[in-house]
Amino acid sequence: MRELILLVGLALGAVLAWGIAWGGNGPEAVEEGAVDAERAELIALTCTACHGTEGRVVTEIPPLAGRPEAVLQAQLIAFKRDEMPQATVMPRLAKGFTEEELRVVARYFASLDADE
Amino acid sequence: MLGKPVNRREALKRIGLMGAGAVLAGCGLPAYANRGSNGRVVVVGGGFGGATAAKYLKRFQPSLDVTLVEPSRRYYTCPFTNLYLAGLRDFESLGHDYRELEDTYGVRVVHDLAEDVDVDRRRLKLAEGAELSWDRLILSPGIDFRWGALEGYDEAAAEKAPHAWKAGPQTHLLRAQLEEMEDGGNFVLVAPENPFRCPPGPYERVSLVAHYLKHNKPRSKVLLLDAKDNFSKQGLFMEGWAEHYGDMIEWVGLSDDGRVIRVDADRLEVETEFGTIHRASVLNVVPPQKAGAIAQRAGVADESGWVPVEPNTFESSRVPGVYVIGDATEAAPMPKSGFVASNQGKITARAVVADLAGREVPEASWTNTCYSVIAPEWGITVANVFEVHNGDLREVPGSGGVSPSGAAASFRRNEALYAEAWYAGITQDVWGTRPGE
Ligand SMILES: Cc1cc2nc3c(=O)[nH]c(=O)nc-3n(C[C@H](O)[C@H](O)[C@H](O)COP(=O)(O)OP(=O)(O)OC[C@H]3O[C@@H](n4cnc5c(N)ncnc54)[C@H](O)[C@@H]3O)c2cc1C
Repeated sequence: MRELILLVGLALGAVLAWGIAWGGNGPEAVEEGAVDAERAELIALTCTACHGTEGRVVTEIPPLAGRPEAVLQAQLIAFKRDEMPQATVMPRLAKGFTEEELRVVARYFASLDADE
Repeated sequence: MLGKPVNRREALKRIGLMGAGAVLAGCGLPAYANRGSNGRVVVVGGGFGGATAAKYLKRFQPSLDVTLVEPSRRYYTCPFTNLYLAGLRDFESLGHDYRELEDTYGVRVVHDLAEDVDVDRRRLKLAEGAELSWDRLILSPGIDFRWGALEGYDEAAAEKAPHAWKAGPQTHLLRAQLEEMEDGGNFVLVAPENPFRCPPGPYERVSLVAHYLKHNKPRSKVLLLDAKDNFSKQGLFMEGWAEHYGDMIEWVGLSDDGRVIRVDADRLEVETEFGTIHRASVLNVVPPQKAGAIAQRAGVADESGWVPVEPNTFESSRVPGVYVIGDATEAAPMPKSGFVASNQGKITARAVVADLAGREVPEASWTNTCYSVIAPEWGITVANVFEVHNGDLREVPGSGGVSPSGAAASFRRNEALYAEAWYAGITQDVWGTRPGE
């Protein structure tokens, strides 16, 4: 079990290293491997109550599955930093997570195909 | 790139989070291999909490044996019944079924009522006589009413002065009474003390009743008698009432003698703490509540009538192996909302899968967004993010909050639009209903 968790941690380290390269270093320095794999998925599951299972429902609320990672990431971080004046609930929700968590969630939805 | 279809398991692999799926598949078996089973989980209640838990148990661990017990073949949501009462939504659009759970996820759905729980033998007894064995039990029975706790208000009284706090015949009864009410009549709503199902619910209800009356019986009045001095999104409700309904809605809080102590359903009268008698044309009583009866049978509820749980998993604090989610729980500061009940269903499904595999549960987060519709293009929200901190549930500092006061009409219109979109999203996530279905 320990080994597996370690592996997950290592894999995440790699993911986060990319994240830093792409998104630059936010005010909260990214700690390698700090976001556990399952934790990332549990956070993504909070999104689906509005965006539908795997973020695929299309309504006034936009779908998330398969959207470009850089876009999702930039939006989530802009919500958290109150840089989206038109936004309604998202800034209040994004503030409940670290920027590192938001980056991993963006990656999760980006890697799903838009269609089932 | 990998080929289609990309599901969650594939996605976890692609983004380098392959641990989750692999760990589950690898460790799910050992704990149960010697018993010849991958684990049997029985879920009681096919509402927001239970239907979500059943679906996500199967998404996390398809080889689990999952049975959902729910008497109804079609579940009607309380969310948006206030729109139905206002004539803004068709009742059938609030109904959802269990086909996705059965056909897509392989959940066994048993339409029966759970009558008793034998926690020692780990068996659930159903009303029609069958028994189900479980390795883990999840209860999401919602609420029951404490009949008689408010003097004069029992099941018979509810046939004259409806609560309409569970969706179904009571909702239709209240709608019929509103339609029959004379112009110039008096709609009275009695709101309970905390905690109760849907903290903003009574205030959304009077808003949308006022909307109906304004357009159909404009000389009528709406009186809200409240056992509390403060309520959810109070400032925003009051702002919206003034904007849309002038002085049609009057709210009387505890300090102004708002607490009702006796109901006379035959005369449609209520009496307050200091003896004021209010007469209604239509009387809507939201009574005091407790966890659904099966929680008492299972021995998980405490003296308050609600169910104490372990914060990270929602396993009962009293009976190991029994998990309780949704309105039945004592999970303050989480509200008793469908949104939170569903999120609890996911987290608890994950905790049960981990527990069966003998693994630690990951750190959890829960979110909530309660939309309230004050008028068709006027929505408001409260949003929250919850976490476990030093063994207790709390709101993540600096997160959450209510819509801004004094916001532009366009902001309120967006929140009303998003309320509709939220409804489509969550009912797809829980029951698989497609938008527009
Ligand atoms: C007027 C109103 C408006 C609301 N609006 C909103 C809103 O806008 N947003 C929001 O998030 N929430 C809203 N809510 C709250 C929401 O309805 C509840 O929080 C939610 O239903 C709780 O889910 P649950 O799974 O705990 O219970 P429920 O959804 O009530 O589900 C319980 C299920 O268990 C079944 N059951 C009970 N006992 C047994 C048994 N012994 N055996 C088998 N089955 C059993 C019942 O048949 C039922 O289907 C509103 C509530 C009201 C009253």
